[in-house]
Amino acid sequence: MMQLKLEARSMASTKMTYLSPILAVVLTLISGMILFASMGHSPLEGLYVFFVEPITSVYGLGELAVKATPLILIAVGLAIGFKANVWNIGAEGQLVMGAIVGGGLALFFHESDSAWVLPLMLIGGMLGGMAWAAIPAFLKTRFNTSEILTSLMLTYVAILLLNFMVNGPYRDPTGYNFPESRMFAESALLPILLEGTRLNLGSLITLLILAALWVMLSRTIIGFQVHVVGQAPNAAQYAGFNHKKIVWFTFLLGGALAGLAGLMEVAGPIGQLLPTISPGYGFTAIIVAFLGRLHPVGILLAGLLMALSYLGGETAQIEMGLPIALTGVFQGLLLFFLLAADVLILYRLKLTFKSAQGVN
Amino acid sequence: MDFTLDTYSLIIVTIIGAATPLLLAALGELINEKAGVLNLGLEGMMIVGAVVAFFTVTSTGSAILGVLAAILSGMAMALVFSFLTLSLQSNQVATGLALTIFGIGLSSLIGKSLVGIAYEGLPKLDIPYLTDLPFIGNVLFSHDILVYFSIFMVFATTYFLNKTKSGLVLRAVGESHDAAHSIGYPVIKIRYMAALYGGAMSGLAGAYLSLSYSPMWADNMTAGRGWIALALVVFAMWMPSRVLMGAYMFGGITILQLHGQGLGLDVPSEFLSMLPYLATIVVLVLISRQAQNNFAPACLGKPFYSSH
Repeated sequence: MMQLKLEARSMASTKMTYLSPILAVVLTLISGMILFASMGHSPLEGLYVFFVEPITSVYGLGELAVKATPLILIAVGLAIGFKANVWNIGAEGQLVMGAIVGGGLALFFHESDSAWVLPLMLIGGMLGGMAWAAIPAFLKTRFNTSEILTSLMLTYVAILLLNFMVNGPYRDPTGYNFPESRMFAESALLPILLEGTRLNLGSLITLLILAALWVMLSRTIIGFQVHVVGQAPNAAQYAGFNHKKIVWFTFLLGGALAGLAGLMEVAGPIGQLLPTISPGYGFTAIIVAFLGRLHPVGILLAGLLMALSYLGGETAQIEMGLPIALTGVFQGLLLFFLLAADVLILYRLKLTFKSAQGVN
Repeated sequence: MDFTLDTYSLIIVTIIGAATPLLLAALGELINEKAGVLNLGLEGMMIVGAVVAFFTVTSTGSAILGVLAAILSGMAMALVFSFLTLSLQSNQVATGLALTIFGIGLSSLIGKSLVGIAYEGLPKLDIPYLTDLPFIGNVLFSHDILVYFSIFMVFATTYFLNKTKSGLVLRAVGESHDAAHSIGYPVIKIRYMAALYGGAMSGLAGAYLSLSYSPMWADNMTAGRGWIALALVVFAMWMPSRVLMGAYMFGGITILQLHGQGLGLDVPSEFLSMLPYLATIVVLVLISRQAQNNFAPACLGKPFYSSH
């Protein structure tokens, strides 16, 4: 009987750390072809429409950046938490709170054309996300409550709160009773960077933050502490690193970045507050963080790839009549394959042959 | 709203309806976790179960086939999870999340053609004479088979865990996989079985949602119930009888939200809808305060690697 056995490597394979995301992408593409074929479409045409066509124009490339921006921003925040074994799963809720607080400022100052409105909104967005992230951090450090479940529950609460706001206090007084706010004033919108696209200042801000966090992770004490707490909790304790401090730090940072991402969505491509402001960026960012190996550069590439899956879903819907949900399927598959391929980092696969009666 | 006996019995019946999917999924996850497997993918398995059940029923007309198909689809999802986490040692938290993201996408893909189709719901099992009793008849004897099954499973799960040898072995695997392995129990195989059982129960919970609770298909119709079921297991300190209590308590809170306006609560509906999620947080805090998670199986979420 043929059997697949795992054999522990004496040390983690660096080569496989980089190869496994590529392997995962290839396996996802192959599954995608099977999926397209099973739905009665040409596999190659499907792949082309999904993964190539969206970025064959300047406008498309702008859209890629627009969609990658929130993913990268959120993912890099989450990744720092994941490194330290802090599981903030509620970035989607923190994103929504950022939009509620920062977007609320835009509505409050809608008659102002001051240059201070936008910076104020950016800060408001970060504070909104931080406040929402502070709840699971507090409950975790004070009562040892699972941050996975609390941050998730708060996501549903935040979405309901947004629903309430756009149906009530935030509703456009001059609108037709639709659950949406008025359009933001010019002074409350992120300036467009490239004429003819929706590429805005948010993408630039994200790149700067990414670079800053890269420096922080590789060059500062707190970055080092995050590594140690995650990799060797006992050593961290011995060294006197305060675990509670790391929980607070990673949650507040992740919350601030998710909140900023939410604000930049409403002050960027959307331009107003709506009941739905994110197609699940907060959840997809979890995949981006893993696919990017929890590293800023990896996250940049993974964010672009995931953004492409959103664009591809839209193109496939328009051109092939395929459901937009295909995006979620591809994203889930990609994470499955990545997790599966990661086994090769620590283990070698070995085929063994033994008799059917063999005990294991 | 008039407060007649009928209104009360109607409210109790809807509470039972809201509690049943939570109870089914949480009982499945409890067995999972007793074996040391933490599957965060309940939401994904539930929603796939819901769509598969609805698809099967509307295309074959057979409720039994629908329920069976939901169970199988939940097991298939759990198999993917088990292969990744148990055979390939992937991170259980990340894999569970992937299962949910994948499940929500897949269900929406399958359900695309099902939106707007009506189904009359699972048949109620009327019991001669008993169902005709005033009040009691409505409250206790007017449900479909899955409601009775969910309550039966509370007792069956308690019995299995405490009174059978298999239950003892299962708990041993969750408390100390190395010890269980050294006395010859196949840890990985037992964990696979526990995980598949959890998948079956989540699929069944999904079937109840789309065939009985609100007999239809809508995107994201599980609305976080899988996560609430996960929290219920913690709330219950891994005891089936407390899962029953917790599920009915949450059912009550969910119904408060539906009947809130009727009951004269002058609160916007969004705030009432937040109640189940806020209650979950409150309950989690109270539990982690008292128990400091001492009730969790010692090897919960820890990978097992056998070198031979």
